[in-house]
Amino acid sequence: MTYKRSTGEKVFACFNVCFMILLCFATLYPFIYILFASLSNPAEIASYRGLLFLPQGFSLDAYKAVIENPMVMTGYRNTLLYVVGGTLINLFMTTLGAYALSRPHVYFKNHIMLVIVITMVFSGGLIPSFLLINNLGMLNTPWALLLPGAINSFNLIIMRTAFQSIPVSLEESARIDGANDWTIMTRIIIPLSMPVIAVMILWYAVGHWNSYFNALIYLRDRELFPLQLVLREILISNSTDNMMTGAATGDRMDIGITIKYATIIVSTLPILVLYPFLQKYFVHGVMIGALKE
Amino acid sequence: MHKRSLIKRDLVRNRHIYLMLVPVLVYYGIFHYGPMYGLLIAFKDYGMADGVWGSPWVGLTHFQNFFENPYFWRLLRNTLTISLYELLFAFPAPIILALLLNELRVVMFKRVVQTISYLPHFISIVVVAGMMVDFFARDGLINSIVSFFGYEPIAFWQESGWFRSLYVSSGIWQGIGWGSIIYLAAMSSIDPTLYDAARIDGAGRWKQTLNITIPGIMPTIVILFILNVGSMLAVGSEKIILLYNPLTYETADVISTYVYRKGILGADFGYSAAVGLFNSVISFILLILANTISKRVSEHKLW
Repeated sequence: MTYKRSTGEKVFACFNVCFMILLCFATLYPFIYILFASLSNPAEIASYRGLLFLPQGFSLDAYKAVIENPMVMTGYRNTLLYVVGGTLINLFMTTLGAYALSRPHVYFKNHIMLVIVITMVFSGGLIPSFLLINNLGMLNTPWALLLPGAINSFNLIIMRTAFQSIPVSLEESARIDGANDWTIMTRIIIPLSMPVIAVMILWYAVGHWNSYFNALIYLRDRELFPLQLVLREILISNSTDNMMTGAATGDRMDIGITIKYATIIVSTLPILVLYPFLQKYFVHGVMIGALKE
Repeated sequence: MHKRSLIKRDLVRNRHIYLMLVPVLVYYGIFHYGPMYGLLIAFKDYGMADGVWGSPWVGLTHFQNFFENPYFWRLLRNTLTISLYELLFAFPAPIILALLLNELRVVMFKRVVQTISYLPHFISIVVVAGMMVDFFARDGLINSIVSFFGYEPIAFWQESGWFRSLYVSSGIWQGIGWGSIIYLAAMSSIDPTLYDAARIDGAGRWKQTLNITIPGIMPTIVILFILNVGSMLAVGSEKIILLYNPLTYETADVISTYVYRKGILGADFGYSAAVGLFNSVISFILLILANTISKRVSEHKLW
């Protein structure tokens, strides 16, 4: 279908494309800058001013310092444990709730939904939550990061909607063969809902990977710190000192800068690498959520 | 009698379902309703040893102390101004982006732009804050551009006047693409025959946008706007505590960061719980107000 565009529309289309290119540049350039700066020679980058379009010199010293740093590596290991453990707990709990509440005949189903929806509007807030974790004896243990967010109510509702849309006829024959609800959930409903479950895995996992605030509040022991908390010390509190013990005093400041950039790259790399392959699933999830509303 | 036997039969037949609900209900009971019960300490002189129930009541003393606190007005003002900035700039940004994306003709190009613009949403706020701190440092990237144009370098993180702009603009950078998805979804559900009819009537793209696209996504805009007004006082502490410092408290210290400092760092639990509760109550009132006004004016509503 051809449709003749007016001059004004052509000018607008041109501006629009330019704007989009500018937006993409503004989004990507910070990462490009950090990547190039992290690969640069520390002394050269320290005296460099302005935008960066290629690494200044080349050096992997910063990456070496990051990888040899015990805090970063412990943080990485802890984060992986929290991501895997936390996401498994999330999935288990969310699926249980979503399945049970998606069944047509359950007593008090609507009351239970109300109990859940209320928590989306009201919460006890920071201090009572902190005291609860303290009273449960979970302060300074990994459980403080894994259990309090075990179910995201919004995700539970999305998953329940997906389960409800599966035709009842599919499970009826299984029920005649004597299958119980647990079998129906694990053998029929879950395999048929893999797209939505993939979205849940991604959302929960990224959430765990990126979260730092709960760790900041609940953890004291540095051996338990997730990567984001280590990052906070390096990026915000400027404490690259303990990484530079090997460097001569004159280079200390310089390499500090590239260490910062290298830490950002090392900690963000998994997301940057996986992102292009996964983004359609992320978006898929938002669409499900949007249709629900 | 009859009903009881029905319930019994249901409990037996659906026992797996009820068993599945047990951990879910226990979870909500402990981790969501537990803290709500814990809010009682806002009216108590909380002592760790006495527990929530055992601590003595003090009525509204904590609230009174907060209202008489010299920082009360500053906290309220900062919280409201940052939210207002967000409503004015960060809220419309994804809508405008979605409208512009909708005008792109080359599907491939549109998809690439979308993919790139969603990316910052997945970067942790620690990294975003770290990049902001570095780029806007006195000898950082932005200041090297500022001095290239012959101006004096600006101490972005030391001058309180800059905080709000940096906070809100980095939020837009991170959220504009992701926020546009929901509007694009709303646009895709607009009946295409409306556009055909408008074209036959001689309406150009601009007229179509104004008279079909924007009205089509209006319900989504209004609902998200109401939700935003409802969370006006809930300006999160997570990002602010990464970016602020005592020099910028004048504009950066909001209620939630104050709760964090008083409660978590200062261990003044009863008082900070009261401040947090004050914050939630006002938020809830704002949410109801926004919904009521919207119901009267536009017939769109959240409930």
